[in-house]
Amino acid sequence: MKKLFASREALLMIAIAVLLGVISLRFPAFVAPSNLLGVFNDTSPLILLAIGQMIVILTKCIDLSVAANLALTGMVVSLVNIAAPGLPIIAIVAIAICFGTLLGMFNGILVWKLAIPPIVVTLGTMTIFRGIIFLLTEGKWVNSHEMSDAFKAVPRADLIGLPVLSWIAIAAVILFSIVMTRTSLGRAFYAAGGNPQAATYAGINVGLTQFWAFAISGAIAGLTGYLWVSRFAVAYVDVAGGFELTVVAACVIGGVSIMGGIGSVPGALLGALFLGIIANALPVVNISPFWQMAISGGAIIIAVILNAQANRTQGRIILKRAEHAT
Amino acid sequence: MPLDLRPDVSTSDAPLLSLTGVTKTFPGVRALSNVSLNLHPGKVTALVGENGAGKSTVVKVLTGIYQPDEGDIRVDGRPVRFPTPQYAESAGVTAIHQETVLFDELSVAENIFLGHAPKGRFGLIDTATMNSNAAEILSGLGAKIDPGTTLKELGTANKHLVAIARALSVDARVVIMDEPTAALSHTEIEELYELVEGLKAQGKAILFISHKFDEIFRIADDYTVFRDGQMIGEGAIANVSEAELVKMMVGRDVSQIFPERDRQLGDKVLDVQGYEHPTEFADISFTLRRGEILGFYGLVGAGRSEFMQALFGTTLPSAGEVWIDGASITIRSPADAVSHGIVYVPEDRGKQGAIGALPIFQNVTLPSLARTSQKGFLRLAEEFKLAREYSERLDLRAASLDTHVGNLSGGNQQKVVIAKWLATEPKVIILDEPTKGIDIGSKAAVHEFMAELAAQGLAVIMVSSEIPEIVGMSDRVIVMREGRIAAELDRDNITPETLVSYAAGISETSS
Repeated sequence: MKKLFASREALLMIAIAVLLGVISLRFPAFVAPSNLLGVFNDTSPLILLAIGQMIVILTKCIDLSVAANLALTGMVVSLVNIAAPGLPIIAIVAIAICFGTLLGMFNGILVWKLAIPPIVVTLGTMTIFRGIIFLLTEGKWVNSHEMSDAFKAVPRADLIGLPVLSWIAIAAVILFSIVMTRTSLGRAFYAAGGNPQAATYAGINVGLTQFWAFAISGAIAGLTGYLWVSRFAVAYVDVAGGFELTVVAACVIGGVSIMGGIGSVPGALLGALFLGIIANALPVVNISPFWQMAISGGAIIIAVILNAQANRTQGRIILKRAEHAT
Repeated sequence: MPLDLRPDVSTSDAPLLSLTGVTKTFPGVRALSNVSLNLHPGKVTALVGENGAGKSTVVKVLTGIYQPDEGDIRVDGRPVRFPTPQYAESAGVTAIHQETVLFDELSVAENIFLGHAPKGRFGLIDTATMNSNAAEILSGLGAKIDPGTTLKELGTANKHLVAIARALSVDARVVIMDEPTAALSHTEIEELYELVEGLKAQGKAILFISHKFDEIFRIADDYTVFRDGQMIGEGAIANVSEAELVKMMVGRDVSQIFPERDRQLGDKVLDVQGYEHPTEFADISFTLRRGEILGFYGLVGAGRSEFMQALFGTTLPSAGEVWIDGASITIRSPADAVSHGIVYVPEDRGKQGAIGALPIFQNVTLPSLARTSQKGFLRLAEEFKLAREYSERLDLRAASLDTHVGNLSGGNQQKVVIAKWLATEPKVIILDEPTKGIDIGSKAAVHEFMAELAAQGLAVIMVSSEIPEIVGMSDRVIVMREGRIAAELDRDNITPETLVSYAAGISETSS
């Protein structure tokens, strides 16, 4: 299984390499290192959100409110920036993370304490969060000229050759790789989703674990909210509309089992990159964006089929050997 | 070409349904090898065999779910083929499965006739006819169930009757019952026996699959023994003894089913006083010593598992106190229980025990992470050390500790679950139905292991509904009835008769 797992991620890497190879035939400049770094930077929000979503899906839940959380938190920090332009960016980032975490915890509380199915909870909060943006702004946009320069500068600021946005994605990949493989909480995410009953008997509070998954997803969505609105220098109700489905798609392509219990940070990263490359390459090679959706959809289905194949057991052993293991 | 052309067979002797030379191979596995099976009208044939003997496969062949690679299926002596379950159904072969497959939100009549409902005009379902037909079948079974009731409103026993009614609704001639009593209580089992007698009287042929010898001897007329996909023996139940049957099943003598052990009771380790729950149990008090095996017997629904879950912290009691080694403790979650040295091995080890998608070592260390980690960070080397120690102790066979548990055999998965609990170094281990649904060979292994744990000074609570197991293993037995302790029996007073009478509330002890 472990080998299959490794090979599945290897498979995805090969798929990405093939994809890049095909694109380079028609448009060699696409695979130039500087452009690839650009693609990575462009995909960074998706990578961040996919990591959070991966953790949620791991616990047998789903967070459809990530994009709405992103939009609401983005709007909140934009408004904070307008109200207090002098507030240091570190405070803005802290507010974004805290506010996003609170929204995620709200999802988590409903799932944990009221045992409402996660898809229902987050479908509801998705609408609520967007509605709150409308209430806050009456549908008006916060535009570039209203934001302070410092507010807009951070994601683009260059740090040793890469924008801060890319560095944040890289940091999240490293941080959550450690959390998922080296901490009790990470192990609890796998156990709670892999077999909730067994996890309960092992002394893991499954509901609480799911709560933390939503909190993490919310924190990441909040941080990404700030990065998103400052990068595009605009905040409005429909920021990242429908992006939650892209995030779920990245997870599924990255080998995260929608049934819970299976998934990894590298998988989510590769799934996001795969979609990011497609999204960036298709316009360049002059393919209609409608194809982009079809190709993403096809990739999801292929990924699900491959995962189903990998998870199939080799056949039951029905006949017993004569000896009995005692 | 039929080889078996017996010219003149008296009708009562001719099998209604027979299999000859049936072989079924799956990739790499021969599940059935040249087996035969004969079912006679008006007779109950018990199919016995260990887990993996091929019983389920044969049921699937008989009901058209699997097609045999070789061999004949004959109904009334004529060769037939069952390419799909519908063919089997129209030939009058029907099965009541281990887990009854019913639909909670549909009515009783809809459940009974799902897939073959009587049609009226325009091909729409004729509800009136369906309900009256359902009522007829149900009353034939002696069941007082309104066909219009939604299924979820029925209790387990009545649901089972609906499953049986469903089986009979297709004009069944051959009824296959796959461990029908596994989920039933004592009285429900009695009712089932009456029902089987009724079906016999109607001339139906019944294939009865069971692990319980008492019921095989009680209701079967004939037996057929399978072992490792082969038919080992058949005959009339009157001409065979329990020991002979066991020998055929396992291919060796199981002379001493329960291990002899040196009973040395140590200090009192667990003391429970006045445990209560608003709806499930009341007034549960007992003590437990090191090295002791305390049996908990009772009918299904007597509140044993509910109490154990409260003791383990998955539900909260409304009153009661617990002491471990003389110190008062509070258990509000399984984590509390584990940290105080109480562990619970649940009944359904597949569903509640192992996590298939995680490797062995992570399964083993899951409840012990507090010990193998430091400030929330895992120490994989420690985890491997712990997992290796306990998998070696249990003789767990796997390529490596990185192997995912889902890829292990059932027996090895069970060892992973037990290793997991032993690794927490518990003082008290609660085993809920430790041998339910497993074959005799594996049972003996579990019993031996239990004796070993007790010998090492562990206090064992064994919840079991199997009387031989309770009698054979327990140092002391607590019998529960309707959520209360009905009796506490010392080793010398544990007899099947006293257990049953206390559990059923029949008598004040006769001995």
